[in-house]
Amino acid sequence: MAGTSYKGSEIRDIDQFLSDTSGLGSDREKEIGQHIGYRYDVNLLPDYQRVTPFLKTYMEVMGWDDLNWLEDVHMGYEEGRPAVFDRNINGWVTIPEGTALPDNQQDRDMLARELLIKFQMSKRHPMVDLNKAYRKF
Amino acid sequence: MQEDRSHAMGMHSEQLRGRSQQMFFEPDAEENFVYPDAFEVDYNKRTEFDAKDMSAKETNLKIRALMQDGHGTIVVKNPMARHAMGVGILNRLNLYFEGSLGYFGVGVIDGPNVRISGRVGWSCAENMMAGTVVVEKNAGSLFGAAIRGGDLVCKGHVGARTGIDQKGGSILVGGDTGAFSGFMMQRGRMVVCGNAGHNLGDSMYDGTIFVGGSVKSLGVDCVPAEMSDPDRAWLKRKLALYGMLPAEGIDHFRKYIAGKQLWNYDNLEPSEKKLVL
Repeated sequence: MAGTSYKGSEIRDIDQFLSDTSGLGSDREKEIGQHIGYRYDVNLLPDYQRVTPFLKTYMEVMGWDDLNWLEDVHMGYEEGRPAVFDRNINGWVTIPEGTALPDNQQDRDMLARELLIKFQMSKRHPMVDLNKAYRKF
Repeated sequence: MQEDRSHAMGMHSEQLRGRSQQMFFEPDAEENFVYPDAFEVDYNKRTEFDAKDMSAKETNLKIRALMQDGHGTIVVKNPMARHAMGVGILNRLNLYFEGSLGYFGVGVIDGPNVRISGRVGWSCAENMMAGTVVVEKNAGSLFGAAIRGGDLVCKGHVGARTGIDQKGGSILVGGDTGAFSGFMMQRGRMVVCGNAGHNLGDSMYDGTIFVGGSVKSLGVDCVPAEMSDPDRAWLKRKLALYGMLPAEGIDHFRKYIAGKQLWNYDNLEPSEKKLVL
């Protein structure tokens, strides 16, 4: 069932990857001693009842009827901290300490989507400097 | 020249220590829904031009110039099936091609809503990041190669290796799809309303494929799975969005996912590899 597994490990608790950073949950992972997991269910589909006002405005601005590429954005966990993967810098961006996390993955995903948009569209994003340095025309 | 510029900006002094970025989000950041360098366009400001006697580069530069002038809806007449048309658009935009595109049409786009009234050649919307692309007729091979996000729709049939190396987003095909569709798929969703060719989902790592018709054969590590209620709801909504919901509904669709035997492939013993393959 969507939202309950990753890489063959059962997700037992919403805060599992905040308390257990080793990630070696399944027998298979213990056997090979290695884990390169997504730390979230990549196939979890968004619940459109939980879309935030910010994301609704974003969809309107872009002329989309749904979350489009954001359907694949989820809140993950990196080194025991909540984070979201930014494909534009190919790395995890950690969520500020003290940010209150909702108690369910769907709302956490909406928060991650909102923060990612704010980060990608800000002038602080590393791509802004890269663009200045490497753009061809 | 470019390297000098990047050195002058101090970009090569950073020590990369891992994949985590200690550059925190600003939850209270100013609301901005487009990239800082994006052109400010208005969807109600519409224009059109005839590309019959223009090269692909001239056409692409013209689209860029029109965006710079604030046009949010651009109609390109007579694209003449030229290659690499409408590529590299990182902007919100409604773009209509009245005709067909050649190879590598609308590749590397991030945001625009594109509609193509004709057909497209190989590798349409390769590396697409976000937005929507709707092709009214048929598409060639490698449709949506390495797509990372957005909705890519072909209302007709598509060729082989559709969605090869798909890393996200949704690919919707109204008709049939050729061999090796979903090859090395990593995530995202693919929907084939018609039949699928040989080796569907070969070597797929993750992601989901839905097929409405028959499947000639499954590739290595592609296995059938049970449809869930969220799957059905998503499928219905997405197909309806593009006017592709079959009259008989979606109950006949079947779902395919990765068997997950190829995960950690490098750690398998030779005997285990034989079992997988």
